[in-house]
Amino acid sequence: MIMPVILWTDALIFLLAAVVVVFILYARSKPHIRAPWRRVFSGKVAAASVVILLAFVLVGLLDSMHFRLPLAANGDSGEIHYAGEVLSTLDVLVGPLRTQVEKTYSAPFATHLFSMETMEREDGSKVRDYPRLVYGASGLGVAVEGKTGDIFKRSLLAVVETLLASVLLLLIMSAWLGRRHGQPVVATAKTILQDALSIPWRTILLTLSLLILLLFLAINLAAAYHVLGTDKVGQDVFYLSLKSIRTGLVIGTLTTLIMLPFAIFTGILAGYARGWIDDVVQYVYTTLNSIPGVLLIAAAILMLQVFIANHADYFETTVERADIRLLFLCIILGITSWTGLCRLLRGEALKLREAEYIQAAVCFGVAHGKIITRHILPNVMHVVLITVVLDFSSLVLAEAVLSYVGVGVDPTMNSWGNMINGARLEMAREPVVWWSLLAAFLFMFVLVLAANLFSDAVRDAFDPRTRSR
Amino acid sequence: MTQPLLKLENLTVRLGQGERAIRPVDGVSLEIHRGETYSLLGESGCGKSMTALSILRLLPQPIGRITDGHIYLDGEDLALLPEAEMRRIRGRRISMIFQEPMTSLNPVLTIGDQIGEVLRQHHGMKGRAAQDRVLEILDAVGIPDVRRRYREYPHQLSGGMKQRVMISIALAGEPDLLIADEPTTALDVTIQAQVLELLQQLQQDTGMAILLITHDLGIVASMADRVAVMYAGQLIEEAGRDRFFGAARHPYSQKLFESLPDVHKRDHALDTIPGTVPALDHDFSGCRFEDRCDVAWDYCRSHVPDWYAAADGQHARCHRLDESITAPATDARTRPAKPVAAARTNHVTSHLEVADLKVHFPIHKGVFKRIAGYVYAVDGVSLSIPPGCTQALVGESGCGKTTVGKATLQLIRPTHGRVQFGDTELTALKGEALRKRRSDFQFIFQDPFSSMNPRMMVGDIVEEGMIAQGIGKTRQDRRARVHELFERVGLSPEHMQRYPHEFSGGQRQRICIARALAVDPQLIVCDEPTSALDVSVQAQILNLLKELQNTLGLSYLFITHNLSVVSYLADRVAVMYLGRIVEEGPVADVLERPLHPYTQALLSAVPVVEVDSRREIIRLEGDIPSPAAPPAGCYFHPRCPQAMAACHDSYPAETVSGDHTVCCFLHQ
Repeated sequence: MIMPVILWTDALIFLLAAVVVVFILYARSKPHIRAPWRRVFSGKVAAASVVILLAFVLVGLLDSMHFRLPLAANGDSGEIHYAGEVLSTLDVLVGPLRTQVEKTYSAPFATHLFSMETMEREDGSKVRDYPRLVYGASGLGVAVEGKTGDIFKRSLLAVVETLLASVLLLLIMSAWLGRRHGQPVVATAKTILQDALSIPWRTILLTLSLLILLLFLAINLAAAYHVLGTDKVGQDVFYLSLKSIRTGLVIGTLTTLIMLPFAIFTGILAGYARGWIDDVVQYVYTTLNSIPGVLLIAAAILMLQVFIANHADYFETTVERADIRLLFLCIILGITSWTGLCRLLRGEALKLREAEYIQAAVCFGVAHGKIITRHILPNVMHVVLITVVLDFSSLVLAEAVLSYVGVGVDPTMNSWGNMINGARLEMAREPVVWWSLLAAFLFMFVLVLAANLFSDAVRDAFDPRTRSR
Repeated sequence: MTQPLLKLENLTVRLGQGERAIRPVDGVSLEIHRGETYSLLGESGCGKSMTALSILRLLPQPIGRITDGHIYLDGEDLALLPEAEMRRIRGRRISMIFQEPMTSLNPVLTIGDQIGEVLRQHHGMKGRAAQDRVLEILDAVGIPDVRRRYREYPHQLSGGMKQRVMISIALAGEPDLLIADEPTTALDVTIQAQVLELLQQLQQDTGMAILLITHDLGIVASMADRVAVMYAGQLIEEAGRDRFFGAARHPYSQKLFESLPDVHKRDHALDTIPGTVPALDHDFSGCRFEDRCDVAWDYCRSHVPDWYAAADGQHARCHRLDESITAPATDARTRPAKPVAAARTNHVTSHLEVADLKVHFPIHKGVFKRIAGYVYAVDGVSLSIPPGCTQALVGESGCGKTTVGKATLQLIRPTHGRVQFGDTELTALKGEALRKRRSDFQFIFQDPFSSMNPRMMVGDIVEEGMIAQGIGKTRQDRRARVHELFERVGLSPEHMQRYPHEFSGGQRQRICIARALAVDPQLIVCDEPTSALDVSVQAQILNLLKELQNTLGLSYLFITHNLSVVSYLADRVAVMYLGRIVEEGPVADVLERPLHPYTQALLSAVPVVEVDSRREIIRLEGDIPSPAAPPAGCYFHPRCPQAMAACHDSYPAETVSGDHTVCCFLHQ
């Protein structure tokens, strides 16, 4: 039996996922909500970005299911002891990537370590050379011959597999769409390939194929090589990058989730109630705004470190300790970033409270609470949505900066910021250890770019001012 | 006749691409001669503004384009000119003034700069010469104190002044043709009269032609030489003014006249045009008006009518003018107007008594928001509305009439005064007690577009008040009542599941009325409920309001600036000026024999539809003073043509004669 471990951030992430699913189910029956979303997905760039974002989310969700494995039963007490190491579903899926640890740095697709070592030969003589990697290119034997051929063969295999999978995907897609529109599969497949549908299914298919290609390349190549090299302690950089996705997503989403209720409540209240409530809210956020954010974050994180050090017994595993720090970082980032949304919502509520439909509601004797929830809230949701999506990418980047400075996530936690921080010292080395930095950059770049493109599409679709028609 | 100044030949405009492109202008041909005022009349969405914009080639880009036809200005085809040449035409040969003077001026440039720009562009005038010319033009459009105004910014001017500045910008290039797109719709009647008079006078001085676009038959009657009626992208009738107002031939034009409310139609329901303007995104195989026309027959559906000529240069697009076809006889012309439903049934409703109502808004200044003064929006208004009666409240914008309505219903808390409804003192009610009482009095807003939450279905919107007031025990009960209300206001109950944006303006106002009725009110405050609607739709709403009053015995406080609506609907009328009522009495009395000089001026300024009864317009100088600093003495004396010495010193007391009250020293 495995022992499930539910971390705080896990619980919040699944809560968020559940909220999103519920919202989608709810929105399906509301044409005024569905219409702008259809507009979002009718753009090719946005559709492709969504597919990429979903791939990231999938990795993040897989990485959010944690558990501990039982140790081999020893003794006859019947009591099961569990390993101190907390694993996630992703760890299991990537299998050997996690465990195949080299001694230290090695370049992508390398066969030997990056630095020379003095080794003892069988005859007892000492030689200084690059040691052979234990796992990297292990299939090629000690002689290390035909590496290019092997890589080529494996890549070709991946391409073939991708083609097959894509055709299969096209068939599934056409069968599903065809059934919905009551058309034969072949005809639907044709319309998809001609891109004649209102939602760009061809773009979605192509993006998915690209992702599948990357997946198969990873499966085929990463099994035999360290595709993105290894880091200082020999861990696979590709594995580290994958694990960092969850951290980035948690920071990007949970921060906004934590600040949302507060920002929405105070913002609308200030705008709707006006008077002294408005004054108080305004003074609070102007004051908060004038304190440098990094200062607050640094102070809060240092305080938390002291707390953790003094109460080590509260946490069973290091993962739990790192997790509480991550959560705290989200909270403190949320506290420093809610003011922007609050200000926007206050302005919007000020405008709406004079709207005639609000006055009509007052005229019917509708209570204030009802007016806020039924009339004001639904009419400011587009502002909230646009802000959340726009904030996401800046928060992902903020994590990297904060970890680099040293007030970000726990050093034991995998994150792009920590990867960059680790690579920083090696940049001065000759030859340069470039792969950690590049890997973190690539993953972060793709995620943030996709998020930005998506948020542009969301803003265009939801903001009444930018709608050109 | 000489060559026309402007000649449109089969002008066709499309918005958008492909099969579903919208055709707002579909084959319009017309001629405008020098020195003539040509009026283009029509409801909203008929392509009037698009026609004007396409003459200047200012169609919205990139979706709008001229697909067919020619625009000749003095024989030169504008449609073929390159854009650089076109710039020479705009502002120089053809100028345009827009509906909204508030947004047509650049807020960061002075008035002088904005007019000077035109001079520099088209006449190469600079420096001193340009400045002198600007002052001259400003003077010509009747702006007082031109040297000061020259250096002022748009926000320092009132609406009427801004429209004058717009006109002076248009005139600076000394155009041959001035296109005026609803030039006075955003202005009050007394200001409107000033601006129309100015346009007429300028036309006499310069001999320019005016293309006047409007929906107001009254303006057409007082301004136009020739009239063209536009409907669904086409001209459907063209005639000289007298001919048009005497003998309009197209059924649509005739209907427009019949749907106008006035005092003689009081006892009847107004004639309405059912339905709405058809969508313009397809070809028509018959007459475009056929489905709304009550004299149409099968032939109209299958044949597109030609542009038939009648006597005196009158044309109309109707098969009834084609002598080769024998149209079936109709009884529509002779059909008597429907009488309004049975006599008034006064069921139990309460009397509304407003006494000395005052609403003063504080003006805050400085860091500590010290109160620096008050805006005296409503300054001592007394009204009395017996059950089942309609009290109208008229006045220009900013005189506080809407504030009276809202303060009566406690939507704005009055600063002073009593509002007695039945035996309850409303100003003393607070919180829950007031909330419970709200079902007795309701409000209908001016703009049905903004008075419904766009994210709720209309059924829920109507139901909301019932939930709040606890009417109907179960959801089924309430739904049944919504169903009944929808039928009552003339909407299909299947529409309950739709969203507000799916309805036309008139339908939305019906929903708003249904919503107000849902809580069984005894008094409804109607704040300009028809001013955002077209004439034909206005008639439908007025009919509905009248019918509801007769069957339910409702009282109305009807706030409006439209005097013909007052004469049709109201029992009594109160005229407001700067927060106070200057005259009050039965409708017939006040409108026929106005006593107060302001009422007289207001009545004379309203453009009337009858061409022959052209009355002398009493011209009021200047604008309404600011309610933050009302003048000493009688508030009206700075603008009053009959002001006396006494008027400067104190506010006149009420003079009562019969049930007609007036506040003026002339009648004491």
